Amino acid sequence: MTFADMVKVLHAKVLVGEEKIDNPARTACCSDLMSDVLAFVNEKTVLITGLTNPHVLRTADMLDLKCLVFARGKVPTDDILEAAEEQGLIVMTTKETAFTTCGLLYEAGLRGVPIEWPEEEQA
Amino acid sequence: MSSLIHAEYPVEKGDYVRAGEASTDIKRRLKQLGVSSSVMRRVAVASYEVELNLVIHSLGGKLELDVGPEGVFLISTDVGPGIPDIAMAMREGYSTASEEARSLGFGAGMGLPNMKRNADDFDIQSEVGKGTRIAMRFNLA
Repeated sequence: MTFADMVKVLHAKVLVGEEKIDNPARTACCSDLMSDVLAFVNEKTVLITGLTNPHVLRTADMLDLKCLVFARGKVPTDDILEAAEEQGLIVMTTKETAFTTCGLLYEAGLRGVPIEWPEEEQA
Repeated sequence: MSSLIHAEYPVEKGDYVRAGEASTDIKRRLKQLGVSSSVMRRVAVASYEVELNLVIHSLGGKLELDVGPEGVFLISTDVGPGIPDIAMAMREGYSTASEEARSLGFGAGMGLPNMKRNADDFDIQSEVGKGTRIAMRFNLA
């Protein structure tokens, strides 16, 4: 799947990074808890979130994330979008809820980012 | 230790707007030095977590970066209030963060365990009424 396919599936609007949407998207994660994203995300992936504050951008920067999807029609402020552009991110917004966004993308073939558990925490 | 880079970043209590600026700069410096992207990412995550901790929990402090042949060193020191029970603070899911911090997506009780997981060496010392010092080292390869 490419980011362009994601746009189609989600009827999303690309806010930043239009020139990169033909690149492949392999995995995604969904969270409003940046603490969790920082703790479990180990690859350059897609983040689906309902949070639009600058810390979503910082988190994306620290983790080298590739794409942010804002659910439920949320659009971050212009200064955040400018920063996203500088970081080289793709940013899109969809009217779907976070749950439906995940469901539609999963159905279309996108999978969750793999999590590595430390040995002692394995069930 | 001979240091290629030394940088200090003051971090103010409750300054959520600037929180992360130090870590962004640290990541930029490591990139300029040609540090591998996987190491850079681990340092950046730990640095952002410790910087947020200074903003959320401390009365103010500073973050120091040193890069030398022995690795990347991050040291966070603050002026209080100190952690009464370090073992409890190290537990995943335990947090004393404010509503403000939680509303921004933090305070999940993942900060300290996440720093420990990302660093190759991790040390925390704290005294109530005095402050906390966290020292982390990351191998360069």
